[in-house]
Amino acid sequence: MSGKVGIVIISHSPEIAKGIHALINQVIEGVPVAEAAGTDDGEIGTSMEKILLAIETVDQGQGVLMFYDLGSAKMNAEMALEFTEAADVRIADHVAIVEGTYVAAVESSIGKTLDDIVASLERLAITEM
Amino acid sequence: MVILTVDQAKQWMIESQKKLVEHKEQLTTLDQAIGDGDHGINMARGFSEVVDKIEGTEYDTVADVLKSAAMTLTAKVGGASGPLYGTAFLKMAVSLQGKEVTAEAFVDAVDAGLEGIQTRGKAEFGEKTLFDVWYQVAAFLHSEPYDTWEGILEVCQAIIEDTREMVALRGRASYLKERSKGHIDPGSMSSFYIFQAFVDVLEWEKA
Repeated sequence: MSGKVGIVIISHSPEIAKGIHALINQVIEGVPVAEAAGTDDGEIGTSMEKILLAIETVDQGQGVLMFYDLGSAKMNAEMALEFTEAADVRIADHVAIVEGTYVAAVESSIGKTLDDIVASLERLAITEM
Repeated sequence: MVILTVDQAKQWMIESQKKLVEHKEQLTTLDQAIGDGDHGINMARGFSEVVDKIEGTEYDTVADVLKSAAMTLTAKVGGASGPLYGTAFLKMAVSLQGKEVTAEAFVDAVDAGLEGIQTRGKAEFGEKTLFDVWYQVAAFLHSEPYDTWEGILEVCQAIIEDTREMVALRGRASYLKERSKGHIDPGSMSSFYIFQAFVDVLEWEKA
Protein backbone atom coordinates (compact mmCIF):
# COMPACT_ATOMS: atom_id res chain seq x y z
CA MET A 1 0.00 0.00 0.00
CA SER A 2 1.46 3.30 -1.02
CA GLY A 3 0.59 6.63 0.49
CA LYS A 4 -0.80 7.62 3.86
CA VAL A 5 -4.00 9.11 5.16
CA GLY A 6 -3.83 12.89 4.77
CA ILE A 7 -4.69 15.33 7.53
CA VAL A 8 -6.12 18.83 7.18
CA ILE A 9 -6.05 21.23 10.13
CA ILE A 10 -8.84 23.79 9.80
CA SER A 11 -8.68 26.63 12.27
CA HIS A 12 -9.93 30.20 12.48
CA SER A 13 -6.42 31.16 13.50
CA PRO A 14 -3.30 30.58 11.35
CA GLU A 15 -1.25 30.54 14.57
CA ILE A 16 -3.32 27.71 16.06
CA ALA A 17 -2.95 25.59 12.91
CA LYS A 18 0.76 26.31 12.71
CA GLY A 19 1.16 25.38 16.37
CA ILE A 20 -0.61 22.05 15.98
CA HIS A 21 1.40 21.30 12.86
CA ALA A 22 4.64 22.00 14.75
CA LEU A 23 3.51 19.74 17.59
CA ILE A 24 3.02 16.91 15.11
CA ASN A 25 6.29 17.53 13.27
CA GLN A 26 8.19 17.23 16.52
CA VAL A 27 7.60 13.48 16.67
CA ILE A 28 5.97 12.28 13.49
CA GLU A 29 7.46 12.09 10.03
CA GLY A 30 6.12 11.23 6.61
CA VAL A 31 2.47 12.08 7.17
CA PRO A 32 0.85 14.51 4.74
CA VAL A 33 -0.48 17.37 6.87
CA ALA A 34 -1.78 20.70 5.58
CA GLU A 35 -3.07 23.80 7.32
CA ALA A 36 -6.21 25.60 6.14
CA ALA A 37 -6.44 28.46 8.57
CA GLY A 38 -7.47 32.09 8.56
CA THR A 39 -9.18 33.93 5.74
CA ASP A 40 -7.61 34.65 2.36
CA ASP A 41 -6.27 37.87 3.89
CA GLY A 42 -4.79 36.02 6.86
CA GLU A 43 -7.45 37.37 9.23
CA ILE A 44 -9.31 35.25 11.79
CA GLY A 45 -11.77 33.01 9.95
CA THR A 46 -11.80 30.08 7.57
CA SER A 47 -11.79 29.79 3.79
CA MET A 48 -13.38 27.07 1.71
CA GLU A 49 -10.80 27.62 -1.02
CA LYS A 50 -7.95 27.07 1.42
CA ILE A 51 -9.62 23.88 2.63
CA LEU A 52 -10.05 22.60 -0.95
CA LEU A 53 -6.41 23.30 -1.69
CA ALA A 54 -5.30 21.62 1.53
CA ILE A 55 -7.28 18.49 0.65
CA GLU A 56 -5.54 18.31 -2.73
CA THR A 57 -2.15 18.78 -1.12
CA VAL A 58 -2.46 15.89 1.34
CA ASP A 59 -4.47 13.41 -0.75
CA GLN A 60 -2.25 10.39 -1.43
CA GLY A 61 -5.14 8.14 -2.40
CA GLN A 62 -5.68 6.74 1.10
CA GLY A 63 -8.27 9.31 2.14
CA VAL A 64 -8.16 12.60 3.98
CA LEU A 65 -9.37 13.47 7.46
CA MET A 66 -10.22 17.05 8.40
CA PHE A 67 -10.20 18.56 11.89
CA TYR A 68 -11.82 21.90 12.71
CA ASP A 69 -12.01 24.23 15.69
CA LEU A 70 -15.23 26.28 15.91
CA GLY A 71 -18.65 26.09 14.25
CA SER A 72 -18.22 27.98 11.01
CA ALA A 73 -14.99 26.13 10.28
CA LYS A 74 -17.12 23.01 10.10
CA MET A 75 -19.56 24.68 7.69
CA ASN A 76 -16.71 25.56 5.34
CA ALA A 77 -15.35 22.03 5.72
CA GLU A 78 -18.74 20.64 4.71
CA MET A 79 -18.88 22.93 1.68
CA ALA A 80 -15.38 21.84 0.66
CA LEU A 81 -16.53 18.25 1.04
CA GLU A 82 -19.29 18.93 -1.49
CA PHE A 83 -16.94 20.59 -3.98
CA THR A 84 -13.80 18.45 -3.73
CA GLU A 85 -12.92 15.85 -6.32
CA ALA A 86 -10.80 13.83 -3.90
CA ALA A 87 -12.23 10.37 -3.35
CA ASP A 88 -12.53 9.76 0.38
CA VAL A 89 -12.60 12.87 2.53
CA ARG A 90 -14.17 12.93 5.97
CA ILE A 91 -14.69 15.40 8.77
CA ALA A 92 -13.64 14.35 12.25
CA ASP A 93 -16.67 15.36 14.25
CA HIS A 94 -16.80 15.99 17.98
CA VAL A 95 -13.06 15.69 18.41
CA ALA A 96 -10.85 18.32 20.01
CA ILE A 97 -8.57 19.62 17.27
CA VAL A 98 -5.23 19.26 19.06
CA GLU A 99 -5.74 15.78 20.49
CA GLY A 100 -7.58 14.52 17.42
CA THR A 101 -5.02 15.73 14.91
CA TYR A 102 -2.18 14.30 16.99
CA VAL A 103 -3.73 10.86 17.35
CA ALA A 104 -4.62 10.77 13.65
CA ALA A 105 -1.08 11.75 12.65
CA VAL A 106 0.42 9.02 14.81
CA GLU A 107 -1.90 6.40 13.37
CA SER A 108 -1.44 7.57 9.79
CA SER A 109 2.34 7.40 10.24
CA ILE A 110 2.16 3.71 11.13
CA GLY A 111 0.03 3.02 8.07
CA LYS A 112 -3.45 2.78 9.59
CA THR A 113 -6.38 3.17 7.21
CA LEU A 114 -8.88 6.01 7.32
CA ASP A 115 -11.49 3.66 8.81
CA ASP A 116 -9.07 2.58 11.56
CA ILE A 117 -8.24 6.17 12.42
CA VAL A 118 -11.87 7.25 12.55
CA ALA A 119 -12.59 4.30 14.86
CA SER A 120 -9.72 5.28 17.19
CA LEU A 121 -11.00 8.83 17.36
CA GLU A 122 -14.31 7.65 18.74
CA ARG A 123 -12.57 7.13 22.06
CA LEU A 124 -11.77 10.85 22.11
CA ALA A 125 -15.28 12.02 21.32
CA ILE A 126 -16.51 15.01 23.26
CA THR A 127 -20.22 15.48 23.71
CA GLU A 128 -20.50 19.25 23.50
CA MET A 129 -18.74 21.59 21.14
CA MET B 1 -45.02 37.20 -15.29
CA VAL B 2 -41.30 37.69 -14.81
CA ILE B 3 -40.64 39.59 -11.58
CA LEU B 4 -36.84 39.59 -11.59
CA THR B 5 -34.64 40.08 -14.64
CA VAL B 6 -30.90 39.58 -14.86
CA ASP B 7 -30.37 43.33 -14.49
CA GLN B 8 -32.65 43.44 -11.46
CA ALA B 9 -30.84 40.51 -9.88
CA LYS B 10 -27.61 42.46 -10.27
CA GLN B 11 -29.32 45.52 -8.80
CA TRP B 12 -30.49 43.38 -5.89
CA MET B 13 -26.88 42.49 -5.06
CA ILE B 14 -25.74 46.10 -5.52
CA GLU B 15 -28.51 47.43 -3.24
CA SER B 16 -27.72 44.74 -0.67
CA GLN B 17 -24.10 45.85 -0.70
CA LYS B 18 -25.08 49.51 -0.22
CA LYS B 19 -27.29 48.72 2.75
CA LEU B 20 -24.75 46.39 4.35
CA VAL B 21 -21.97 48.96 3.98
CA GLU B 22 -24.26 51.69 5.31
CA HIS B 23 -25.15 49.58 8.35
CA LYS B 24 -21.74 48.02 8.88
CA GLU B 25 -21.28 49.68 12.27
CA GLN B 26 -24.71 48.60 13.48
CA LEU B 27 -24.11 44.97 12.48
CA THR B 28 -20.71 45.04 14.14
CA THR B 29 -22.17 46.47 17.35
CA LEU B 30 -24.87 43.78 17.42
CA ASP B 31 -22.26 41.09 16.83
CA GLN B 32 -19.93 42.49 19.50
CA ALA B 33 -22.72 42.02 22.04
CA ILE B 34 -23.18 38.28 21.45
CA GLY B 35 -20.68 37.10 18.84
CA ASP B 36 -17.16 37.77 17.62
CA GLY B 37 -17.85 41.26 16.35
CA ASP B 38 -16.97 40.74 12.71
CA HIS B 39 -20.41 40.48 11.10
CA GLY B 40 -20.55 44.07 9.80
CA ILE B 41 -17.08 43.91 8.32
CA ASN B 42 -17.63 40.44 6.87
CA MET B 43 -20.94 41.28 5.21
CA ALA B 44 -19.79 44.65 3.86
CA ARG B 45 -16.61 43.15 2.48
CA GLY B 46 -18.29 40.01 1.13
CA PHE B 47 -20.96 41.90 -0.76
CA SER B 48 -18.44 44.45 -2.03
CA GLU B 49 -16.56 41.51 -3.54
CA VAL B 50 -19.85 40.25 -5.01
CA VAL B 51 -20.52 43.62 -6.63
CA ASP B 52 -16.96 43.80 -8.02
CA LYS B 53 -17.47 40.36 -9.52
CA ILE B 54 -20.93 40.79 -11.02
CA GLU B 55 -20.48 44.33 -12.33
CA GLY B 56 -17.72 43.17 -14.62
CA THR B 57 -19.47 40.01 -15.81
CA GLU B 58 -22.19 39.30 -18.37
CA TYR B 59 -24.87 36.89 -17.23
CA ASP B 60 -27.54 35.03 -19.21
CA THR B 61 -29.79 34.15 -16.31
CA VAL B 62 -30.74 35.23 -12.79
CA ALA B 63 -29.56 31.81 -11.62
CA ASP B 64 -26.07 32.63 -12.94
CA VAL B 65 -26.00 35.95 -11.05
CA LEU B 66 -26.97 34.25 -7.79
CA LYS B 67 -24.52 31.42 -8.33
CA SER B 68 -21.73 33.92 -8.87
CA ALA B 69 -22.72 35.76 -5.68
CA ALA B 70 -22.82 32.46 -3.79
CA MET B 71 -19.34 31.43 -4.85
CA THR B 72 -17.89 34.83 -4.01
CA LEU B 73 -19.51 34.95 -0.56
CA THR B 74 -18.33 31.44 0.24
CA ALA B 75 -14.80 32.26 -0.80
CA LYS B 76 -14.51 35.73 0.69
CA VAL B 77 -16.43 35.78 3.96
CA GLY B 78 -14.50 34.25 6.84
CA GLY B 79 -17.24 33.84 9.44
CA ALA B 80 -20.30 31.61 9.46
CA SER B 81 -22.12 34.07 7.23
CA GLY B 82 -19.95 33.07 4.25
CA PRO B 83 -21.02 29.43 4.04
CA LEU B 84 -24.58 30.22 5.21
CA TYR B 85 -25.35 32.98 2.72
CA GLY B 86 -23.24 31.20 0.12
CA THR B 87 -25.35 28.07 0.49
CA ALA B 88 -28.60 30.06 0.51
CA PHE B 89 -27.81 31.81 -2.78
CA LEU B 90 -26.41 28.64 -4.32
CA LYS B 91 -29.59 26.70 -3.55
CA MET B 92 -31.68 29.59 -4.89
CA ALA B 93 -29.61 29.51 -8.07
CA VAL B 94 -30.08 25.76 -8.46
CA SER B 95 -33.82 26.16 -7.90
CA LEU B 96 -34.02 28.88 -10.60
CA GLN B 97 -31.81 27.06 -13.10
CA GLY B 98 -33.36 27.10 -16.56
CA LYS B 99 -36.36 29.14 -15.43
CA GLU B 100 -37.66 32.65 -15.84
CA VAL B 101 -38.08 34.22 -12.42
CA THR B 102 -41.82 34.40 -11.93
CA ALA B 103 -43.29 35.01 -8.48
CA GLU B 104 -43.90 31.28 -8.08
CA ALA B 105 -40.34 30.45 -9.10
CA PHE B 106 -39.00 33.03 -6.67
CA VAL B 107 -41.02 31.63 -3.78
CA ASP B 108 -39.68 28.16 -4.61
CA ALA B 109 -36.17 29.63 -4.64
CA VAL B 110 -36.65 31.18 -1.18
CA ASP B 111 -37.79 27.76 0.05
CA ALA B 112 -34.65 26.22 -1.44
CA GLY B 113 -32.47 28.91 0.18
CA LEU B 114 -34.16 28.31 3.51
CA GLU B 115 -33.55 24.58 3.24
CA GLY B 116 -29.91 25.24 2.38
CA ILE B 117 -29.44 27.40 5.46
CA GLN B 118 -31.04 24.73 7.61
CA THR B 119 -28.83 21.99 6.22
CA ARG B 120 -25.65 24.04 6.53
CA GLY B 121 -26.33 25.54 9.94
CA LYS B 122 -28.38 22.67 11.45
CA ALA B 123 -30.75 25.39 12.64
CA GLU B 124 -34.37 25.15 13.70
CA PHE B 125 -36.84 27.98 14.02
CA GLY B 126 -36.47 30.03 17.21
CA GLU B 127 -32.76 29.48 17.77
CA LYS B 128 -31.87 33.15 17.23
CA THR B 129 -30.26 32.85 13.82
CA LEU B 130 -30.80 34.25 10.35
CA PHE B 131 -32.77 31.08 9.64
CA ASP B 132 -35.62 32.64 11.69
CA VAL B 133 -35.94 35.53 9.23
CA TRP B 134 -35.82 33.31 6.14
CA TYR B 135 -38.35 30.96 7.73
CA GLN B 136 -40.83 33.77 8.36
CA VAL B 137 -40.32 35.30 4.92
CA ALA B 138 -40.96 31.93 3.28
CA ALA B 139 -44.07 31.40 5.42
CA PHE B 140 -45.34 34.86 4.49
CA LEU B 141 -44.77 34.31 0.76
CA HIS B 142 -46.79 31.09 0.94
CA SER B 143 -49.66 32.74 2.78
CA GLU B 144 -50.10 35.99 0.82
CA PRO B 145 -50.84 36.93 -2.77
CA TYR B 146 -47.64 37.52 -4.72
CA ASP B 147 -48.01 41.25 -5.35
CA THR B 148 -47.39 42.22 -1.74
CA TRP B 149 -43.62 41.93 -1.65
CA GLU B 150 -43.30 44.93 0.65
CA GLY B 151 -45.10 42.89 3.30
CA ILE B 152 -41.81 41.03 3.65
CA LEU B 153 -40.40 44.05 5.48
CA GLU B 154 -42.94 43.97 8.30
CA VAL B 155 -42.50 40.23 8.69
CA CYS B 156 -38.75 40.68 8.95
CA GLN B 157 -39.02 43.50 11.47
CA ALA B 158 -41.33 41.48 13.69
CA ILE B 159 -39.10 38.41 13.77
CA ILE B 160 -35.95 40.48 14.27
CA GLU B 161 -37.56 42.01 17.34
CA ASP B 162 -38.51 38.48 18.49
CA THR B 163 -34.88 37.33 18.26
CA ARG B 164 -34.06 39.85 21.02
CA GLU B 165 -35.74 37.69 23.66
CA MET B 166 -34.47 34.38 22.33
CA VAL B 167 -31.61 32.41 23.84
CA ALA B 168 -29.06 31.67 21.11
CA LEU B 169 -28.68 27.97 20.41
CA ARG B 170 -26.34 28.14 17.38
CA GLY B 171 -23.07 29.79 16.55
CA ARG B 172 -20.71 31.72 18.77
CA ALA B 173 -23.61 33.40 20.60
CA SER B 174 -24.74 30.00 21.93
CA TYR B 175 -21.73 29.91 24.26
CA LEU B 176 -23.32 32.83 26.12
CA LYS B 177 -26.50 30.85 26.82
CA GLU B 178 -28.94 33.04 28.85
CA ARG B 179 -26.67 36.07 28.45
CA SER B 180 -27.50 36.15 24.73
CA LYS B 181 -30.98 37.39 25.66
CA GLY B 182 -31.70 41.08 25.24
CA HIS B 183 -29.80 41.46 21.99
CA ILE B 184 -31.02 41.27 18.41
CA ASP B 185 -29.39 38.55 16.29
CA PRO B 186 -26.93 40.18 13.85
CA GLY B 187 -27.51 37.58 11.12
CA SER B 188 -31.25 38.25 11.23
CA MET B 189 -30.50 41.95 10.81
CA SER B 190 -28.26 41.41 7.76
CA SER B 191 -30.87 39.10 6.21
CA PHE B 192 -33.38 41.92 6.62
CA TYR B 193 -31.17 44.29 4.60
CA ILE B 194 -30.89 41.70 1.84
CA PHE B 195 -34.67 41.22 1.66
CA GLN B 196 -35.19 44.99 1.91
CA ALA B 197 -32.88 45.44 -1.07
CA PHE B 198 -34.94 42.88 -2.98
CA VAL B 199 -38.19 44.71 -2.20
CA ASP B 200 -36.63 48.07 -3.17
CA VAL B 201 -35.55 46.73 -6.56
CA LEU B 202 -39.05 45.38 -7.27
CA GLU B 203 -40.64 48.66 -6.15
CA TRP B 204 -38.49 50.70 -8.57
CA GLU B 205 -39.99 48.70 -11.37
CA LYS B 206 -43.51 49.70 -10.34
CA ALA B 207 -42.65 53.38 -9.91
